[in-house]
Amino acid sequence: MSDLPMRAQLAVALGRTASKMSRLAGRGDGSVIGGKIGLKLDPDLLTRLAANRKLVLVSATNGKTTTTRLIASAMSGLGEVATNAFGANMPTGHVSALAAAPAAKYGVLECDEKYVPMVLRETGANVVLLMNLSRDQMDRAGEIWQLAGKWRKALDGADTHVVANCDDPLVTWGAQTAKSVTWVSAGQHWREDSWCCPECGGPLDREGTNWACRQCSFARPRPEWILHGNRVTTPDGRVLDLQLNLPGRANRSNGVMALAVVAQFGVPPEVAMPLLGKVASVAGRYTTVQYQGRDIRLLLAKNPAGWLEAFDVLDPAPGPVALSINAQGPDGRDTSWLWDVDYRILKGRPVWATGERRIDLAARLEAAEVDFRVVDDIEQAVLSVPPGKLDVIANYTAFQDIRTRYGRAL
Amino acid sequence: MPSDRIKIVWIYPDLLSTYGDQGNCIVLERRAALRGISTRTLHVRSDEAVPVDGDIYLLGGGEDRPQILAAQRLRADGGLARAVEFGSAVFAVCAGYQLLGTEFGGEEGQPVQGLGLLNIRSGRGEKRAVGEIVGDVDPALGIPRITGFENHQGITHLGPGVRPLAKTVIGLGNGNGFEGCYQGHIVGTYMHGPALVRNPALADLLLSWAVKGPLQPINDSWAGKLREERLRAVLPA
Ligand SMILES: [Zn+2]
Repeated sequence: MSDLPMRAQLAVALGRTASKMSRLAGRGDGSVIGGKIGLKLDPDLLTRLAANRKLVLVSATNGKTTTTRLIASAMSGLGEVATNAFGANMPTGHVSALAAAPAAKYGVLECDEKYVPMVLRETGANVVLLMNLSRDQMDRAGEIWQLAGKWRKALDGADTHVVANCDDPLVTWGAQTAKSVTWVSAGQHWREDSWCCPECGGPLDREGTNWACRQCSFARPRPEWILHGNRVTTPDGRVLDLQLNLPGRANRSNGVMALAVVAQFGVPPEVAMPLLGKVASVAGRYTTVQYQGRDIRLLLAKNPAGWLEAFDVLDPAPGPVALSINAQGPDGRDTSWLWDVDYRILKGRPVWATGERRIDLAARLEAAEVDFRVVDDIEQAVLSVPPGKLDVIANYTAFQDIRTRYGRAL
Repeated sequence: MPSDRIKIVWIYPDLLSTYGDQGNCIVLERRAALRGISTRTLHVRSDEAVPVDGDIYLLGGGEDRPQILAAQRLRADGGLARAVEFGSAVFAVCAGYQLLGTEFGGEEGQPVQGLGLLNIRSGRGEKRAVGEIVGDVDPALGIPRITGFENHQGITHLGPGVRPLAKTVIGLGNGNGFEGCYQGHIVGTYMHGPALVRNPALADLLLSWAVKGPLQPINDSWAGKLREERLRAVLPA
């Protein structure tokens, strides 16, 4: 840090003070405001803070917070790792994360999809992990063909190594221009956004995880790492059991990509595996909280692909499920995406609908012929299920509301 | 008319389905079923021929590139134009709405040739219209206020023979105080995603065109409550 110019040092110090004040005022963890002030005082602060460190950028529509945690944990044996653990995934958050760990030689930064080109340019990150792209709240996120196109442009000629999920055609297209890529077969379960070739627009023929364009030469590259069930095949052909403490196939997918990333820094999978297993909950996700004899498990789902993955980890039917939907800024103000989720999978379970947009949810569940009850708040749902397990799936701010209600310690 | 069978054709879900567009299919199927009218829905992908014998055709929203591809393929295919000649109903949203016109704006704002099934012309506006939209529908259609969510950067000019679907109360719509349009049995709208969910009467208008007669009333249930809740939430008290 002492090698930073005077102005940058001042920017970091003032940013830190602001973060602390924001935290004391109870406004979240303060990483955004601190970074904002720092960047205002020194627009090159991110570049300066990134210098002489080995950095990983992690981007995707879904799973970037969790995978950032997995990678940071797996790299912890190398020394101190700077990371934006609170999901503040834009440059202001990156500045705070790096400023908070001045001695760290390594950094793992979750990066919003839109910011990948800019953050790559400013930090010169050594490794970029690209995991999946699917429809997200379009009133705030970008259009995904366009996003993948911007990744393509940014990676063309960049001095960085890419690790990418080759089971996702759009991610493959976005990553393809990089000078070197490690392809990982990490699975793709939501396929509604990849029926067409991103290169020529022709139809993609798909069989299992494999895919190829019928009209041009764009096809799935051969993967070096392969996920199958709970097992991973490594580039040298060994087969290992994944040892994760997070449920579901989406996390197995996150896990194999984390292994491929840390291998770039010389961490072998055998060493990384027990460190991945240390991550049991990420910012409250997957945590179970005990309340009045109920074991409430919290699952976050922000878009149709995320809902598919949340359904994958539900307790078996007829386990009860409560759903909570808001439509504030971070959720996207448009609830149309509810119609992309196939809620028929919830038939045969007791279902509660709540959140600020519970009527949108009710209209959707009714059309899917799911039996449900609308309740004014999550507490009513919790108290109406018999003591035992309850899975709760909520979108972003609804999730935060529930987390706050049942204790931030979650 | 319990033996009636309505054929619904969802055009190019692989290109034109960004955000809940299948909700429009689900709502039509459901509102027909509640009246004992059976439906059959065909999802036609962009490498398949568009059948000419559909009763209701649905087109959804899409990004710039897929919109251009969809327009090229539909023009080359010709099936939708034939169906329109036969009097089939068409409901088109956002990108799907624009491409039915003579011209729309491409990814750099360049003019792209549309299908010319609607006498409208679209281009790119100054700013993106994102938010709730409410409109008072042309009285000739006999349906109440519409409510939806728009998310687009289009400006649409209507030519002779085309009437605006609604006069905007909230939101931008076509960009000149009106939202959407209709011409014959074609309805186009900027109400993004499943517009028929929040507007059961609009769904019934399409169904009544398909069965060529009036429909028995049904309970709008949660969809009706949603419509009221949205109107209450966005209109000034
Ligand atoms: Zn192709």
